[in-house]
Amino acid sequence: MKAFLLLCVMMTVATTVGITLVLVFESLQFFRDVGILEFLTGRNWTALFSGPQQQFGVLPLVAGTVMIAVISAFISLPLGLAAAIYLSEYASNRARSILKPVLELLAGVPTIVYGFFALTYITPVLLKPLLDVGTFNGLAAGIAIGIMTLPMVASLSEDALSAVPRSLREAAYGLGATKLETSLRIVAPAAVSGIVASFILAVSRAIGETMIVAVASGSSPAGQTTVSGGLFDFTQSMQTMTGFIAYTFGSDVARGTTEFHSLFGVGLLLFLMTFVMNLCSQWVTRRFRKVYE
Amino acid sequence: MSVETQADLVVGSRGRSVDHFQPRVQQRRLLGKLWQWVFLAATALSIVLLGMLLWSIFRPGWQYMSWHLITAMPSRLPERAGMNSAIWGSIWVVLGSGIFSFTIGIGSAIYLEEYATDNRWTRFVQTNISNLAGVPSVVFGLLGLVVFVDLLQMGRTLLAGALTMGLLILPVVVISSREAIRAVPLSLRQASYGLGATQWQTIRSHVLPSALPGILTGTILSMSRAIGETAPLLVVGGASQVLFRPAGPLDPYMVMPLQIYNWTGRPQEEFEHLAAAAIIVLLAVLLAMNSVAIVLRQHFSKKNRW
Repeated sequence: MKAFLLLCVMMTVATTVGITLVLVFESLQFFRDVGILEFLTGRNWTALFSGPQQQFGVLPLVAGTVMIAVISAFISLPLGLAAAIYLSEYASNRARSILKPVLELLAGVPTIVYGFFALTYITPVLLKPLLDVGTFNGLAAGIAIGIMTLPMVASLSEDALSAVPRSLREAAYGLGATKLETSLRIVAPAAVSGIVASFILAVSRAIGETMIVAVASGSSPAGQTTVSGGLFDFTQSMQTMTGFIAYTFGSDVARGTTEFHSLFGVGLLLFLMTFVMNLCSQWVTRRFRKVYE
Repeated sequence: MSVETQADLVVGSRGRSVDHFQPRVQQRRLLGKLWQWVFLAATALSIVLLGMLLWSIFRPGWQYMSWHLITAMPSRLPERAGMNSAIWGSIWVVLGSGIFSFTIGIGSAIYLEEYATDNRWTRFVQTNISNLAGVPSVVFGLLGLVVFVDLLQMGRTLLAGALTMGLLILPVVVISSREAIRAVPLSLRQASYGLGATQWQTIRSHVLPSALPGILTGTILSMSRAIGETAPLLVVGGASQVLFRPAGPLDPYMVMPLQIYNWTGRPQEEFEHLAAAAIIVLLAVLLAMNSVAIVLRQHFSKKNRW
């Protein structure tokens, strides 16, 4: 029986090994056709073109990914942290019993639904009247991802804030601090490891998010069309690394071609980026965690 | 005030005499009140956002809700299109991935909680599982494509999709199963050992039955994540239309989120409304699954009390 249980555990290890091997081996075939340097520093990504027009410079995809993650962070980090402080420090039990389920509902909505929301509501109803945006644009996708990751920031940060012992708050009140001063200068710094970890996880999730960008952010990478104003123009179509993978599989790509192998090169880069961020978040949690009795 | 008499003796942290300290209580209280409203507004905004999200789906989708949508197969013509094959595909993929991740997940959790000693190998396995939970879902799709579809020659079948999805939700199932097993008190195990039971007998007859509701709840919640996941199945399954229900594990399939993706990408406006209606169906299924998990948890948390 123990052998079977060990086999189950091996399965989880094998998954990681499998992911690494698959990404590395398929990428090696890609890097036989395209130089690593050309891949990492090229400013033109036209993988699905044919002939000499086909170029594999990943920077536009990386720029799109980073830009959209930054936009999402502008939404999810401040709002999520404010919600966490409210829920942990201010909310009455009744207010919490209404607000927490709402956040859980937001967290449970499938990402394809957020994509639909971004394409059919955020862009035409909220953004079009204010800005000159295209039907597909990075801004709407970033906002939708921000809304999607908001509950995660709120709930993880709230856990960290609630774990700060009451005695710390009471000591602050005893010295004459107001509730706001206690929350911002005593409780939040004491919970900083959990809060920062939740921030990193939210950004990592934003980088790996696929369906929202596949639906709402368009299929041409930033700066590749005449209407686009450069690598960081989020008002026009802005394909991300994940968006490229989704778009290519949605339109059936032939096996064994350079563009097929390029999917794994992009996948490897994506995997490395999120992996490093997740390691950072674990390191922050371990390194800066304060344990209270 | 007595503070003022002592003020000459005490020097503030910035080197200034404390009698320069102005309490400004009014001002600080006002600032506190102001920020309280800011925090409340940020939190309440989540309700507004949820409202907008639901509005953007129900307004166009509601009039397209019909039995036809649920019973008919996809079609080129929006007025004839339905999502029957996608509903059945989702059911089979989610059941398959649930059974797979439940079996492997429960096994891993038992090993890690009951057998493993705290050494480097165990810590490595634990770190690995929490890292896997953070890998983007589309990467699992790439793994499934190479290993299941190509290497094991399953092709773009239901089985390959279910296994890929099973691997995706496995880390979460392991983590929640471990929590459920850890919540079983030590005294229960000791009582069992005291009566002469072996370790496996103790686990099978005492630890597992007590932890099962928690494990099931975790598995159902993971399955409800799997039913909404799109990206890995886009990679291993493709987004082409499937006009029949899958009859076995080696049939091609379509799932609800992919059907929504397919319809959202079409130029005709009717398909956008159909996608909204399909989202309503998907959300209803999700709500039902989550309710089952909550009822299960509440039912058993009342029953088991130690």
